[in-house]
Amino acid sequence: MSIILRAASSLILALFIALASLISITSTLAADKSSALNAAAHTGATFQPPSEADIPPGPFGETIRMGRDIMLDTPKHAARFVGNNLSCANCHLDAGRMAGSAPLWAAYVNFPAYRAKNGKINTYQERLQGCFRFSMNGSAPPLGDPVLVALEAYSFWLATGLPVNKEVAGRGYPKLEKPAQAPDFVRGQVVYAAHCALCHGANGAGQRTTGRVVFPPLWGDDSYNWGAGMGSINNAANFIHANMPYGMSYSLTPQEAWDVAYFMNAHERPQDPRWLGSVETTRAKFHDSAMSLYGQTINGKVLGNTGAPKRTQPKDQAHIAP
Amino acid sequence: MGLSRNLAPALSAFLALLASSHPALSASPPEVASCLACHGAQGEGMAAAGYPRLAGLSAEYITGQLNAYIDGRRVNAVMRPMAMPLTATQIQGIATFFSSLPAPAQPSTPLTDATQNALGQQLAEHGDWNAGIPACFNCHAPGGVGLPPAFPPIVGQPATYSESQIQAWKNGTRQGAPQNLANALMHSVALRMNDTQTKAVSAWLAAQPTSAPQTSPTAAAKTKP
Ligand code: HEC
Ligand code: HEC
Ligand code: HEC
Ligand code: HEC
Repeated sequence: MSIILRAASSLILALFIALASLISITSTLAADKSSALNAAAHTGATFQPPSEADIPPGPFGETIRMGRDIMLDTPKHAARFVGNNLSCANCHLDAGRMAGSAPLWAAYVNFPAYRAKNGKINTYQERLQGCFRFSMNGSAPPLGDPVLVALEAYSFWLATGLPVNKEVAGRGYPKLEKPAQAPDFVRGQVVYAAHCALCHGANGAGQRTTGRVVFPPLWGDDSYNWGAGMGSINNAANFIHANMPYGMSYSLTPQEAWDVAYFMNAHERPQDPRWLGSVETTRAKFHDSAMSLYGQTINGKVLGNTGAPKRTQPKDQAHIAP
Repeated sequence: MGLSRNLAPALSAFLALLASSHPALSASPPEVASCLACHGAQGEGMAAAGYPRLAGLSAEYITGQLNAYIDGRRVNAVMRPMAMPLTATQIQGIATFFSSLPAPAQPSTPLTDATQNALGQQLAEHGDWNAGIPACFNCHAPGGVGLPPAFPPIVGQPATYSESQIQAWKNGTRQGAPQNLANALMHSVALRMNDTQTKAVSAWLAAQPTSAPQTSPTAAAKTKP
């Protein structure tokens, strides 16, 4: 289906170029056609969540809207529970609608579920608590808090029409094949400079203007902490391959995605809130995996060796601070 | 001699900052005079003719575009002869000068066509992800005010100009050097836009104020009863 569309559009393009032959053009458009439309493209997902225009009226609709707003600007709409400059939608694109970008509708229908991360059955709200604690480097809203209720309502509504308890195409980030070569810092650095730094900055701190985040930080004090899912090299590689560079899904080779994921996660970020008093013990208990660089020595420095977690500052003013 | 030439751009930028009332007239490098006829006395552009504003664009961006006209990566019969005679030093001086001018103040003027208005706003603020189009404002910054150096402002430009640029990417008359990520990003977006979308978003953007927005779209949505 999408192949036919792409073939048709390249035909139209070829026609255009033929028409424009008066002004002869020598170079090609290759770089731009090698990317897929979006993260959903290679997932086989067929489900379409309802359109925002169909949010029901009344108090339920208001709660759904609040959930969407929290996704799009978390530091503003859930300030009390956020300790960094990220928003949920930075990692769950199109406000949590996009297949291949861990869409909320695919998650919602698969909870309650067992999670190895805490070794018990988790409700959906409990799953969301983890996002605030780790990805948002903040604190977990209490169960039943309006913030969790709104996110749950929004997810429930997005999943309208999906059967419950069934794995659904488009869930999570599409799993990348193992890289041919072990992920490498120096190769990742080269990928980063060519494909990422323009937006996320040479220092990974992202970019803001008039006090608002335009490109989110990838590492450092204002990004996700060491306990976050994105801190695992495999999760990051999967996310990046399907979603980055922004608007150019699947344009990196799998090897490039692995290398740049390694490079990104080989930088310092806020302490794991499950800190056990030393990097070694914290690594042994929570990061005993080749996919985590926490506690590993990179360029002569032990990552995560930054002491106890700093008390996270609620970002009440994040959206207007300079 | 060589030294004073190198200092000229910095000096003119400095003077431009000082001469706030008539910056374009009082402190511009001499080559700039020939540009103002089309790009406006304050670099504000000429909406009626579809000439873009240069005021407030980043020096890096202006330099890149002038070189693209010279190299033929950006094909335009009006601009090519304007750019061809310029030396690298002159380009640098011109770019620094225009980048130091303030963005023209432009109030918001709502579109009369409600359908176009809604489609334009939707694309700018949320994009059309099924078609692979991210929100324009997610790259060009909230309000479309731009994020220097790589992301130019897309408000305060004539609708016909923005439309022509998206078409230029689609028909191959605006291209980047092979490794130019900025160009590849916008090129990808443009290739996915149809004519209705291109027209609507260009018109909507041209009707927006040039200053950064005070409230975010989500905040506006929240205040609805
Ligand atoms: C830094 C990136 C990042 C941020 C920010 C983030 N997440 Fe996630 N999220 C992830 C990753 C990585 C996963 C794990 C995906 C997987 O296991 O396939 C995940 C998983 C999830 C899941 C479970 C998905 C599933 O299919 O089981 C939900 C629900 C979720 N996030 C919601 C949120 C919410 C709500 C927020 C904001 C409060 C948020 N996330 C912020 C990266 C992020
Ligand atoms: C055109 C600018 C652009 C480029 C280039 C780009 N990104 Fe992003 N990136 C974004 C935007 C915008 C978001 C947030 C998406 C949203 O909110 O819709 C994002 C989000 C992310 C996130 C999740 C949020 C966070 O801060 O942790 C990661 C990780 C990421 N990008 C990594 C990369 C990597 C690695 C590359 C290079 C391969 C890259 N990006 C290239 C614009 C870009
Ligand atoms: C006769 C009118 C005219 C004159 C004189 C002129 N320009 Fe232009 N300029 C244009 C037009 C028309 C365009 C849009 C061309 C296109 O579609 O690529 C343009 C585009 C540009 C752009 C690209 C702007 C953007 O946002 O990408 C730059 C930079 C520029 N001109 C600089 C100059 C400079 C510097 C001079 C003086 C040396 C100059 N122009 C003189 C008509 C003119
Ligand atoms: C993925 C990031 C990204 C997105 C999304 C994006 N743009 Fe752009 N856009 C750019 C970059 C980068 C440039 C500068 C290109 C260059 O340097 O050649 C640009 C340039 C432009 C220009 C030319 C400006 C000038 O002065 O000549 C226009 C017009 C434009 N974009 C309109 C849009 C519209 C409309 C949308 C939304 C439908 C959009 N852009 C979405 C990255 C983006």
